[in-house]
Parts: sequence; structure tokens; C-alpha cells
Amino acid sequence: MSLTMKSPEFLIDRDDDRCINCQVCERQCANEVHYYDHDLSKMSAVDLNCVNCHRCVTLCPSKALRISKYPLEYKENYNWSAEMINNIFKQAETGGVLLTGMGNPSRKKIYWDHLLLNASQVTNPSIDPLREPMELKTFLGRKPERVEFNGEGNIVNLPPQLELGTPIMFSAMSFGSISLNASKSLARAASELNMMYNTGEGGLHQDLYQYGENTIVQVASGRFGVHKEYLNAGTAIEIKIGQGAKPGIGGHLPGEKVGEEVSRTRMIPQGTDALSPAPHHDIYSIEDLRQLIYALKEATVYAKPVSVKISAVHNVAAIASGIASAGADIIAVDGYRGGTGAAPTMIRDNVGIPIELALAAVDDRLREEGLRNQVSLVVGGSIRNSADIVKAIALGADAVYIGSAALIAMGCHLCQKCYTGKCNWGIATQRADLVKRLNPEIGVERLKNLVKGWSHEIKEMLGGMGINAIESLRGNRLMLRGIDLNPNELEILGIKHAGE
Amino acid sequence: MVEIDAQGIHYRDLNQRVRRLIGQGKREFNLINVNGQRYIGDGLASSVRMEINGTPGNDLAAFASGVEITVHGNVQDGVANTLNDGKLIVHGHAGDILGYGMRGGQVYIKGKVGYRVGIHMKGYREQEPVIIIGGTAGDFLGEYMAGGKIILLGLNRIRDEALVGNHLAVGMHGGVIYLRGEVEPNKLGREVRPEKLGQDDWDDLERLLADYCREFDFSLKEIISADFWKLIPVSSRPYGKIYAY
Repeated sequence: MSLTMKSPEFLIDRDDDRCINCQVCERQCANEVHYYDHDLSKMSAVDLNCVNCHRCVTLCPSKALRISKYPLEYKENYNWSAEMINNIFKQAETGGVLLTGMGNPSRKKIYWDHLLLNASQVTNPSIDPLREPMELKTFLGRKPERVEFNGEGNIVNLPPQLELGTPIMFSAMSFGSISLNASKSLARAASELNMMYNTGEGGLHQDLYQYGENTIVQVASGRFGVHKEYLNAGTAIEIKIGQGAKPGIGGHLPGEKVGEEVSRTRMIPQGTDALSPAPHHDIYSIEDLRQLIYALKEATVYAKPVSVKISAVHNVAAIASGIASAGADIIAVDGYRGGTGAAPTMIRDNVGIPIELALAAVDDRLREEGLRNQVSLVVGGSIRNSADIVKAIALGADAVYIGSAALIAMGCHLCQKCYTGKCNWGIATQRADLVKRLNPEIGVERLKNLVKGWSHEIKEMLGGMGINAIESLRGNRLMLRGIDLNPNELEILGIKHAGE
Repeated sequence: MVEIDAQGIHYRDLNQRVRRLIGQGKREFNLINVNGQRYIGDGLASSVRMEINGTPGNDLAAFASGVEITVHGNVQDGVANTLNDGKLIVHGHAGDILGYGMRGGQVYIKGKVGYRVGIHMKGYREQEPVIIIGGTAGDFLGEYMAGGKIILLGLNRIRDEALVGNHLAVGMHGGVIYLRGEVEPNKLGREVRPEKLGQDDWDDLERLLADYCREFDFSLKEIISADFWKLIPVSSRPYGKIYAY
């Protein structure tokens, strides 16, 4: 092996006055950064191994640790950043494809931050959600052109709907990409919050069947763990065509992560790679997509809404219109900032478009074509706070998917090393000693707290606008103004500039 | 056995009628005049038996588990899509993507099959999907194959008709493909290697083909008297080393 030119990304700074040599950091670090130096009788560290996940910093009883950016500066060069140089070193040494985890972190415009919300002053009184009723209930599914009632006054022609207590769902994360304890936390939190979580393409673990009413089961190109009971176990079925972090490519769950439980849930032998092909080979057209949608509807007796998830790409509006015509009940669009357990870096950071623009374009197109009532629109990638949700709904979304935010609630520190399987927080790992670090009881509470806090904030913002039901905000772009946006961007978003 | 005349009936009504009769305890069906109706047998479970006369449409027996179907005619695309278990006997030809993601059960085709047959088939524990093709197969046979068995016989070929198309078993990482005859190396995916059969293979092949031959009244002796090759994956992890960590 020739000389490695890789340099550390992070510097471990240990305050020797505070360090009590308890070795907690050493035991907590799956990346083998910390070790006890017997010659020097003190703790030491291998900076190169550190991913800056903060597990050691958080757990150090004497708060002796600090992690900072490694102060190694290449000669200043706007074109050749340190990241570019380090990537080339890495590839020159391995010949491999650069791999990464979580969402696109690059310095590109985040449109949410250029949208401002309205509030009532004088003419239309604002509403205080602490004392007045405020409705966040959301129904996802096809809405009929007109409703028909029977003698008892019940609607007889309503296609199946998903009922959500708040317009938030946990987006697709497979058991395999995340740990069973993380899946359990999401499933239980969804059931206690009257919302949905999504299995991803990982099958449904036997312990999670009990949360079926709050489960969206996914069918993707690898068909892992897909069978009749699985399809019937959830309240809705989602066909995954693409995800924002890696539009146009499939997925590889490496064999190391296919242990006994993952093997049983995906119904594949232990230790084999779980390869999800890039396309569904039975879908080469909108007509073919319709065929899979109806194959799933037939298999589940038309009792469940079928969602189709795509990544936000250049032609997203036309594709969404096709999906609506193909008979989908829900369209989920995932923006280019969407997270992942593993994706080639070049694809994650360079393929796809921002969800804000995609959402506006899709909603416009569906309205123009008179299809908007036929499908619900769910967006994700990336929703970071409750204001993003309010803006998404005002742009035209029915609900949002949150993935990264849910993981962060459970302890993820966004080190972006999910693909290594060494997640020190017990989330993106299958190693038993690491998985047990995430206590599902605590995971559930933290997720519930997050969604509770966000829902309350949504009510506050709605009330401020003088609106008392989320329905009245849906597609209400008059509640939005743009800041620092050019005329083109404003036109695509269908909003006015602040001050107009 | 309940006879249903499918003449002029929309697939949704036809399948609904079958499901309703199953709900009433009926288990055996004879569908006549079937002409392109899709999704027949979709999601049906074990103990249901069906005779189909005519040409069923796409996605026959998709997502089913345990259903037994005999088709007297040809079948179209997407047959046995994600089949979990069951048996399909087709007295004719089959179209594209037969047995996509199939996890268990047997599919016997008397004639030829189209493109991308048996892609991403996968075995799991005692479940072992089997596709036996009497005639020839198109491109991408066994693509991404992860488990189970495909047997390609190439019977009744006209003159120099090829046994199989290009890109055979590309991305294959599990299971086995048996070929009655040799295949040009340039048709093979990089992920597989051809081998001669061992005694275990012959035992397996005889067992699987005995049942197939019984269904179609073929001579087992004649079929296995020919030269067979098998394709097995070079690695269960063909793409394990393509990433820079």
C-alpha cells in the first residue's frame, strides 16, 4: 500500500486537566478514534478516523472533549476546495465511486429561506390556537368530482383516504438502512400521533405489523419482503420510483448489513447484497406504471390508496401529471436535498431540483389539467422546521414527509457516514452493540415531542394569518412573498415579491 | 368447479366476481373466453385452482401466494410478478418480464418467452422459485437473479434459431440457470460463469423436469439426453467493491 494522502477532517481536542481517563469515549466510538496510551498513561486519539458524530463529546462525563475542523489548509483556491482535493486523493487510492450519506449539504439556494409568511393586521383578526379551535386534520387520497350520499347521509363514493392528525408523515426509511430500534421508534410514534411512517423497501418486520394502521408499505424495484400479507398490512401502498438523494439510480444494501433479522424481513439470504435495480423493469411508460398501480389495487381489493414516489427532476410536472392520469391516489415528490443511507456523492449533490420549485410546478400543472382533486401531493427533501411545512402547504402540498428531521430527533448528528454501518447513535447501523444505544422508548418520546412542537407552531402561524384550518392554507400562495428572488423564480413559485 | 364466461367482461368485474365466489367458499374455477383481461389471480392465496381458456392479460397471478393456474393458450407480460408461491402451467408462449421478483412457486411455459424473464428472482429459505421454459428466451434472461432456478430447454427450434438472447444473467448474484445447449460467451453477463453439471445438478434437474414433462406430456428421457450447461454467479456480491470509503 502506497502512502495515503488523506488528511483528517476533524481535530480531537482533549483537555488533559479535565480528562479522568475513564475511557468512555473509547468504548463509545465505533470508528476507533480514542485509545488509552499505556506508555503515556493517558487517552489519545486517531484524528483521521473521526467523523464528528459527537457521541464522545456528548457522553464524556467531565466534558473534556472538543472537536473542531482540522486546521489543515491547502493553498487558497476558490476552484479547488479542500473537499475536491481530498475526494481525488480518496479515489486515486481506491478507484471507487465516492459514497456519502444523508442529504445534499452543498451551498445552493434554499428557497424555503426566501419565502416569507403573511399575518393578519387590523382587517382580518388573527386567531389564538390556545383558546380557539384549529384544525390540522388532513386526508390523503383521491377526492371524487362530486359526492354522493346514501339514506343515512354517509358519502358512498369516497375512495380510500389516509387520515392524518397533522400534515406530517415519516418518510420512507427501510429496516436495513436504519436499525430495528429506529424503525420501532418511528412506527410507534406514528401510531401514537395518528400519522404515518413508511417502511421503505425493507419489508415489514414482524414486530411492526401491530402498527399497520399507521404504516405505508413500499414496493420498489427489488420487491424486498413484498408479499400479500405485507401489502395488506399497511393503510396505503407506495410505489417507489425514485428518491431525491439519488434520482435515476437504484440502491445497494451491502451484505454486511443483511443479518438474521434483515434477512428475514427482506426475505433474502443472509450476507447477500440487496440490490434494487435503478428502474422497475416492468415500468417503461405511464401505461406500465398504471399497470403496477392497478395490480396493487387488485391485490388489495381497492381498499388502500396507492402512492407513487418520484424524485424532483427537470420534467417533474409532466411526470406528475402522468402519474395522476395513471390512477395514483397520492404523488410523493422528493427534492434534491432529500436524505439517504447511502448515495454516490456526485449524484446526490448534482442531480435533481429543489423541492420548492418542483412543488409549485407540479401543483400548477395538476390544476391546469383539472387533475388536482384526483391526487394528494406530498413533498419531502428537505423539510427542516414547521415554517417549511407551512410554506410547502401554501405552495400547494397536502402534507410533507420528514426523514432527516426525524432521525435528528432520535439523535442523528448528521455526520453523513450512514453507509459505513458504524452509526454511534444506533440509528443507521445493524451492529447489535450500537443498535441497543437507541432506546425505542426514548426515540418515541423524542419523535412525539418534535411533531407536537411543530404542530403547535403550525397552528400559531395559521392563527397569525387568520386561518383556522390547514385546508384553507392549501395552495393559498397569497400567504407567501418572496425575498431575494428574481422574476423567473417568482413566476415559477407563483408568488409576489415582498412589498408587492 | 365454477365456470365463468369472460366474454366481454372488464377485468375489474371479472376479478371481483372470482373474489366474491372465493368468499362464498368456491375454490375451483374454469374461465372461458378470456381475452386480455388483466390481473387474473392477483393476490390470491393458496387452495384456489383455476383453468383459463383463452389469453389472459398482463400481470396474471401477480403478488399471489399459492394459487394454481393452468392456461390453455398464451399469456402476456408480467406473469407471476412477485409471486410468493403457487403453480402456473402455460400451454403456449409467454411475453416479457415473466416472474419479476418471484420468490417461490413454479412457472412452466410450454413455448417461448420474451425479454427480461426471471429478473430479480430470489430464493428464501425453503422457498425456491422455478421457471421452466420449453422454447427459447429473449434478452436479459435472469438479470439481477438472486435465487431460484431457471431452466431453458429450447425445444422445437427452427433451423438456427438462438436458444437465448443477449445479456444473459447480467448482474446475477444468486440461484442457477440450466441451459439445454451451449451459449456463446459473448452473450453472457460478466457476473456469471458456465459450468458442466455435477451429479447434484442432474438429480435436481431430473426431479424438476419430471414434473414439467408430466404436465406437457413431454419425454423426460429425450429432454435430458441432451447436453446441459449451468450458469452460476461468480460472486454473491457483484458490486461489493465499487465504492471509495
